[in-house]
Amino acid sequence: MSAGFHVEHASRSSRIGMAVFAIALLALAAAPAWGGRDDLRLLSEIYAYVALASLWNLLAGYAGLVSVGQQAYVGLGGYILFASTILFGMHPLVAVPVAGVIAAVVALPVAGLMFRLRGHYFAIGTWVVAEVFRLLSSQISALGGGSGISLPAGIVTSMASSRQMREFLIYWVALTLVVVVLAAIVLLLRSRYGLALTAIRDNELAARSNGIDVTRTKLVVYVLTAFGTAMVGALIFLQKLRISPDTAFSVNDWTAFVIFITVIGGIGRVEGPIIGTVVFFLLRQTLADLGSLYLLMLGAVAIAVMLFAPKGIWGLLVERFGWQLLPLERRLRLSADARTT
Amino acid sequence: MEWVNIIIQGVLIGGLYAMFAAGLALIFGVMRLVNIAHGDLIVLAAYIALMTTDTLGLNPLLAIVVVVPIMAAIGYGLQRGLLNRTLGDDVLPPLLVTFGLSVIIQNALLELFTADSRRLKAGAIEVASFQIGEGVWIGVLPLLQFVVAIAVIGGLQLLFYRTPLGRAFRATSDDQSVAQLMGLDNRHIFALAMALSLAVVAVAGVFLAVRTNFDPAIGPARLIFGFEAVIIGGLGSMWGTLAGGIILGVSQAIGAQINPGWQLLAGHLAFLLILAVRPEGLFPKVQG
Repeated sequence: MSAGFHVEHASRSSRIGMAVFAIALLALAAAPAWGGRDDLRLLSEIYAYVALASLWNLLAGYAGLVSVGQQAYVGLGGYILFASTILFGMHPLVAVPVAGVIAAVVALPVAGLMFRLRGHYFAIGTWVVAEVFRLLSSQISALGGGSGISLPAGIVTSMASSRQMREFLIYWVALTLVVVVLAAIVLLLRSRYGLALTAIRDNELAARSNGIDVTRTKLVVYVLTAFGTAMVGALIFLQKLRISPDTAFSVNDWTAFVIFITVIGGIGRVEGPIIGTVVFFLLRQTLADLGSLYLLMLGAVAIAVMLFAPKGIWGLLVERFGWQLLPLERRLRLSADARTT
Repeated sequence: MEWVNIIIQGVLIGGLYAMFAAGLALIFGVMRLVNIAHGDLIVLAAYIALMTTDTLGLNPLLAIVVVVPIMAAIGYGLQRGLLNRTLGDDVLPPLLVTFGLSVIIQNALLELFTADSRRLKAGAIEVASFQIGEGVWIGVLPLLQFVVAIAVIGGLQLLFYRTPLGRAFRATSDDQSVAQLMGLDNRHIFALAMALSLAVVAVAGVFLAVRTNFDPAIGPARLIFGFEAVIIGGLGSMWGTLAGGIILGVSQAIGAQINPGWQLLAGHLAFLLILAVRPEGLFPKVQG
C-alpha cells in the first residue's frame, strides 16, 4: 500500500526558474561561438566565484560553519594540480577531480581539530589552517618555493594543441563544474541531509533535540565543501597557468570576495550566491579603477546588508514576491487513492 | 648559551602576543564576541602613534598617552554605533561585520599611508641592552615591553575582580538578562569593554611599531597570534593569555633558529598541537 502522499519540491516559479536556467545554460555552453577570448575568461571567472560562493554558503549559511579559511582548499587544489601534473605527469583535467579527492581526505583530520573550536573561534582557526598550508607550500622547492611556479608548456599543450581549443576546453570544464556544484547542492538539500541542514540552519538546538546528529551532518558538509572548493581551485590555477603561495592562499581573493558575494546576494539560500556574483561583477566592471577604495566600499556594503537586510538581495525579493528559482520547496500532496479512501 | 638567548627572546616577544591576546580575551569574556578586525585595529593604533610622533615630535613610548584614549574612544563608538547591533544568538552577524571592518580598515590605511613599510623610532632605547650572564644579553626595550605586558594583564585582572566595573563585566558575562534586571545597561557595559580592549590594543600597537616594520597588511597575522595565545592559554583566563603568548613566542623563536622559514610555522604547529592534546587550553576558566 502506498503512503498516500508524496512530497513536491517544485512550484510554478521554480518551474519558470528551471526553464530560465536551461535556456541560460544552452546560451552559455555556446559562448565560444558568440564570445571573444575576454568574454570566455570573464565568464569562467564568474563560474568560479558562483561555485566558491555556493560552497561557502552551504558551509556557513546552512551548516553554521563560518569559515574564513576556505582559501586553504582553493590553494590546496591549485597546488595538487601543479604537483600531480609537474611531478607525477598526470593529465591536467584528471588532476582536477584528484585535487578534490585529496582535499576531502585532508579535510577530515582538519575538521577533527577545528570542530573543537566553537562558533567564533572556529572561524579564526580555519584561517590558521590556511596560513599553515601557505607556509608549507612555500617550503616545497620542487614547486618554486615562496616565489611560485608556472605550468610547463608541455603540460599545457597536452590538453589540446591549439591555444583556442585549450581555452574552449577549460571554459567548458569550468561551466560543467559550476553546474555540477550547483546541482549537487540542490540534490543534497532535497535529500534527508538537506532537511537536517535546513533544521540546523534555523535552530541548532531544536534540530539536535529532534534526533539530528548535528556534528556528523556538519562534518559531511565540511568535507564535501573542501572537495568542491579544491576542484574549483585546481581549475582556477589551471586557467592562470601560474601559482604562488600568496595568490593560492589569498584571503582577499578566495574568502573576502566570496563572503561579500554571499552576504550581499543572500546567505542561507541557494539563489543568493548567484545573484551576489552577478552584482559583484557588475560593480567590479564599473568600479575596478578605484583599487583599494573598491574593496573598502564592498566591505561597507556587506556590513550594511548584514545589519539592515540580513537575508540579502534575494531574501528581500523572496519576501516581497515569494519567488523560488530552484525546486527546493517541500509541499505535501495527497495522492488520488488516498483522497478517495 | 645560544639557546638560552633564543628562549629569552621568545619569552619577551611573548609579552607582546599576550597583549594582542588580552584584548581579544576581554571582549570574548564579556560579550562572546570575536573581533576579526582586532589585528587591523592594532595596526591602526600603530599608524595613530606614527602620526602622533610625526606631528607632536613625541617619543613613541610617550605617544602611548595619546594613542590609548583615542583608541578607547574609537572602541566605545564602534561598539555603541555598530557592534551592539550584531550581538545575539547567531554567530554570523558579528563575524561578518568585524570581517568587513577588517577589510575596510586595511584598505583605508592603504589608501592613506600607501603600502610602504613604516617604523617608529624610539631613540637609544631601541638598541640598549645589558648582560645577565656569560653570553646572555637582554634588550631594554623587549624587557620593558614584557614588564608592561605583565602590568597590563595584572591591571585587567585587578579591574575584573576588585572594581565595580569589573563586577558589572562579570555579571553581564554570566547572564545578560539578569544583569540588565539589576539595572546594568548592557549596551554601555559592552561599549566600555570594547573601549578597554582597544586601550590594550593601543599599547600593543605602539610596542609593535617600535619593534618591527609595519604596513597596512600585517593586521590579520597579529589577530592570529593573539587568537593562538588565547586558545593555548585557555579561554577566559587573563594570566593564561600571558602563558599562551610566551609559549607561542618561544615556539617561533625555536622554529626560526632551526630554519628561518619555519618561524611562523612552528608557532602555528604549537597551537595545533595544544588544540589536539588539550583543546580547553592550559589554564581554562570559562566554557565558551
